[in-house]
Amino acid sequence: MTNFFSFEPDLAAKKIHMVREFNAPVEKVWRAYTEPDLLVKWIAPKPFTVMPKISDFTVGGVWQYAMVGPEGQKHWVYDKFTAIENGSSISSIGMPCDEEGNPDTDGPKTYVDTKFWSIDGNRTKVESVITFDDEATIKWFVEGGFKEGTEAALAALDELLASE
Amino acid sequence: MDIRRDIYQAIADPTRRAILMLLTVGAMTPNAIAGHFGSSRQAVSKHIQILTECGAVDQEQRGREIYYQLNINKMKEIDRWMEAFRKMWEDRFNQLDKLLEDL
Repeated sequence: MTNFFSFEPDLAAKKIHMVREFNAPVEKVWRAYTEPDLLVKWIAPKPFTVMPKISDFTVGGVWQYAMVGPEGQKHWVYDKFTAIENGSSISSIGMPCDEEGNPDTDGPKTYVDTKFWSIDGNRTKVESVITFDDEATIKWFVEGGFKEGTEAALAALDELLASE
Repeated sequence: MDIRRDIYQAIADPTRRAILMLLTVGAMTPNAIAGHFGSSRQAVSKHIQILTECGAVDQEQRGREIYYQLNINKMKEIDRWMEAFRKMWEDRFNQLDKLLEDL
């Protein structure tokens, strides 16, 4: 069974709106999003792996990790938590990092608000709104997303290009 | 001189995004485009010039008028980046599905 997934970019509003449903109770999904040991198991799309650096899931805390590619190339992700409602929502600010993983606090930022909802007690709906603080961020973010991208993403891109 | 312009510069400004939005309906003359904006004709014409340099719009001479139209293929570049990003999240969530089964 395929779980519901929607991904709607609104470039004019500098937002991406994502909704995904999971076949598990909200408590489990929440754990998978907030427990570092679980998060590393799904956040890096194959063939990338995660190398965590800071795992502090508290308000004001930071979750920083490197997405490591098959040839050892690293893409750093730095998220600072601005609000956490236990079991129901997480807000964070993402900042770009240099090659050593130092965050650029003056750089373009992305704001992510994620909400968790229980569906009938045994399923979960997760809704994320990703907001870019300025237009240049879209480029940084989208290219970053692409670099982190999977072989599957590249294959999808190849298909798209081939269909042109 | 090598002008380094890309499609992201086309969408990096609200007026340019509005112009692109207008052109989704059909080709327009610079005067018609400028008529939709409060800013000066020169300002609008500068934006149109940047859009042309980015390859986001093409110009076409029709009689004595120049018409600008969207370059659909160029705009699709953004879609491709977005598609790759969407795909990354899709793959992540599929991995999360598997993890949740064992949790």
